Amino acid sequence: MSTVKTGEPVLLSGNEAVAYGALAAGARFYAGYPITPSSEIAEVMARELPLVGGKFIQMEDEMASLGAVIGASLTGLKSFTATSGPGFSLMQEHVGFAAMAEVPCVVIDVMRGGPSTGLPTKTSQADVMQAKYGSHGDYPSVALVPSSVLECFTLTVKAFNISEKYRVPVVLLSDEIVGHMREKVVLPSQDEVEVVDRIKPTVPPEWYQHYQDSITGVSPMANFGEGYRFHVTGLTHDVYGFPTEKPSEISALLEKFKNKEIHNSRDLTMVEEFCMEDAKICIFAYGSVARSARMAVKILRQCGVKAGMLRPMIVWPFPKIPVENMLERANLVIVPEMNVGQLRKEVERLSNAQDKIHGINVLDPTFITAEQIVDKVRDLRAKNRRTGEYIIG
Amino acid sequence: MANIKELAKQEEKLSAGHRACSGCTAPMVVRMLYMAAGDTPLVIGCATGCLEVTTTIFPNTSWKTSFIHSAFENSAATVSGVEAAYKSLKKQGRYDRDVRFVAFGGDGGTYDIGFQSLSGAMERGHNMVYVCYNNEAYMNTGVQRSSATPKFGETTTSPVGSVEPGKKQFPKDLTEIMVAHSIPYVAQASPSMWNDLITKFQKALNCGGPAFVNVLSPCRLGWAFPSEKAVSIGRDAVNTCVWPLYEVVDGQYKITYKPREKKPVDEYLKQQTRYRHLFRPGGEAALAEIQANVDSKWERLKRLAGEA
Repeated sequence: MSTVKTGEPVLLSGNEAVAYGALAAGARFYAGYPITPSSEIAEVMARELPLVGGKFIQMEDEMASLGAVIGASLTGLKSFTATSGPGFSLMQEHVGFAAMAEVPCVVIDVMRGGPSTGLPTKTSQADVMQAKYGSHGDYPSVALVPSSVLECFTLTVKAFNISEKYRVPVVLLSDEIVGHMREKVVLPSQDEVEVVDRIKPTVPPEWYQHYQDSITGVSPMANFGEGYRFHVTGLTHDVYGFPTEKPSEISALLEKFKNKEIHNSRDLTMVEEFCMEDAKICIFAYGSVARSARMAVKILRQCGVKAGMLRPMIVWPFPKIPVENMLERANLVIVPEMNVGQLRKEVERLSNAQDKIHGINVLDPTFITAEQIVDKVRDLRAKNRRTGEYIIG
Repeated sequence: MANIKELAKQEEKLSAGHRACSGCTAPMVVRMLYMAAGDTPLVIGCATGCLEVTTTIFPNTSWKTSFIHSAFENSAATVSGVEAAYKSLKKQGRYDRDVRFVAFGGDGGTYDIGFQSLSGAMERGHNMVYVCYNNEAYMNTGVQRSSATPKFGETTTSPVGSVEPGKKQFPKDLTEIMVAHSIPYVAQASPSMWNDLITKFQKALNCGGPAFVNVLSPCRLGWAFPSEKAVSIGRDAVNTCVWPLYEVVDGQYKITYKPREKKPVDEYLKQQTRYRHLFRPGGEAALAEIQANVDSKWERLKRLAGEA
C-alpha cells in the first residue's frame, strides 16, 4: 500500500522501513513532531499517507502528537507517531492515558543519547526502562526492539498488531544506528503481511461495555461514530468507562491491565536463539548491539568456544522463560548494552547465580564492537582459570 | 540610533569559529543584541535549535556571557526562573549588579513547542527579552514545516507534488499574538536592517518589563539560496512588505521603516528554491494569493499605526 517496491531488493534505511511497515500494517494516521534521529519517518509519512487517503499532521509538540494519535485511534484509524528520547519523555502522560483508556496506538522511539537533549545524532539504548516505567502508575508495557532494517519493517507491523489485538500502546524501540543504517531488503507484498484488526463488539449498542471484563484483559472496541455510546477518561473507570471509586471496580480494572501481559505472555514473547543449542557462554543482546554480538558469537565459535546469543525482539514484557532457560545452561552470560545495564538487572533478577552475569556497558556513543565482547569473554575465562574455576566454552 | 563607529569598537561577544552555515543570519542577530547591550551583563537562555547546536559544540562555546540551554520548549521558562531568583537575590541584598535576561528560540522553539512557556513568561511580566530568530521552519532537524512556515513554502513535511502546493496554511502571526499579551515592548525586525534591529534591541532591553522581538532570519539551507544573498534577501523581505518592520510600545504601533517603493512579492520569492514551483506554469494564482495577503496585512498595519 505504499510506493516502495516489494518482492525485490531495495535499499532502505531503518527509519524508512518503519514507515513502510506502518503502512503495510494499515496505519492511516500519523501525527508527529520533528526530532533527530527519527524525522525521516515523518517525512516518508508526509509523502505516502495522502496517496492512500490517510492523514499526516505535524503537531506543535510531542504532547500534542500523541494526543492527536489517541484521538484518531478512537475513530478507528490505525495511528502512530515517531520520536526520540526528549520527545518520548514529553509523551509519557499520553502513554499512560492510552494504557488507561485502552486505546491502541504505536510510538516509535528512535533512541539517542540522553538524558535531556543528550546526543541527538548518536546512538544509545538508554530508553529501555522508560519504555517500561516511563508513565506513572501500573500499566501494561509492550516494547519491541528491531536490530536490522528488515526488522524495522516486520516489528513495526507486529507492534500495530499487538496494539490492536490487546488495546495497548506499543513502543518500538529503534535506535540511531538501526534507524539511519541502510541495508538491502526484500519487503513482503501486502498479501504476505499478517494484519490484525481490533475486535469489534457483536452485541447491540445498549448492551455494549467499552471496558467489558475479560480473562485475557481484552474487551471488544467500538469506534466513535459506529452507534455505540461510551465514555473515555483517564480517571479510573468501570466497565462503561465512567469514573469509579469502588474498590472492587478499581482492582478489577488494574487486574485486567496486568492480565493483558500475563495471559498473553506466549504471544508477547519473541526471541531469536543464535547458536544456542550447546552454548555455554551466552550473550543476551538486543537492537543494534545484537549485530556485534552475532559477530562475536561467530568469532568465538571459530576459536572453539561454545558461544551463543539470545536476542529478544520483544523486551517488554520481559522474556522470562527463554532467559531462565539460558541461565540454566550457561556458565557465563554477557549482556552488552549501550546504557548502564538496564536489562542486565532484569536478567539478574531471574538468576540465583548472579556472579556469572556480566555487563558490557558503553555510555559514550562509540558503540560496542564484536571485539569488545570477545575480549570480555576472554578476560573472564582467564580470570576464572586463575581461581581454579574453569569455564567450559 | 546606533553609531556604527562606536559599535565597531566593541568587543565581539559571540566568538568566531562557530559552526553555523556560511550565510546564516542567526549569529548576526546575536551579535547585534550584544552590540545593543554594550557593557551590560547578560544572561542568555537558548532553546534547542540551530543557534544552540552550532555555537556550543563540545568542548567549545561561542558565548562569552552566562549561557543556559535547557531544552526545546522551555527557554522562556528557564530564563523566567533566573530572572525571578535575581529579583529575590537583589531584595535580600545578596546581589547588586544590573543584569539583563534574554531568551533565544527559533521559530519551532517559539511559535510551536515553546509557545506555552513564552506566553506564560510574558504574562507573568518577567523583566526579560525574548528573541525569536525566525527562519520559518525546523532547519536543525532537516527542514520540516513549522507554524511560521509561509503558505506555499516547501519543506520535507509539506512537500510539493502534482496535487500538494507545499504548505497549505498561512503562518500564525506571532508578533500580533505577543502584542495581545499587552507587554511593554513588541517588535518585528530584520538583521538586514542593522540600525533598526539594534535600536529595537536597546529599547527591548531597557523597557523595564517583558519584551518580544521577532527577527526574520533568512536560512540558505531551508530557503535554498546562495549564501552571499542572505542579507539582500532579508532586505527584500522588508522592501516587499512580506516582513514589515514595526514596533508596538505600550500598545502604540509604529512602522519603523517604510520602503520607498513597495516591491512585488515575486522579487523576494523567486530567489528562493522553496518557492520554485510557484514560478512554473499554473503558479500565478498562488503568487496572487501571497501578494493579496501581504497587501492586506500591510494596509492593516498602516491603519494600526495611524498612517492609512
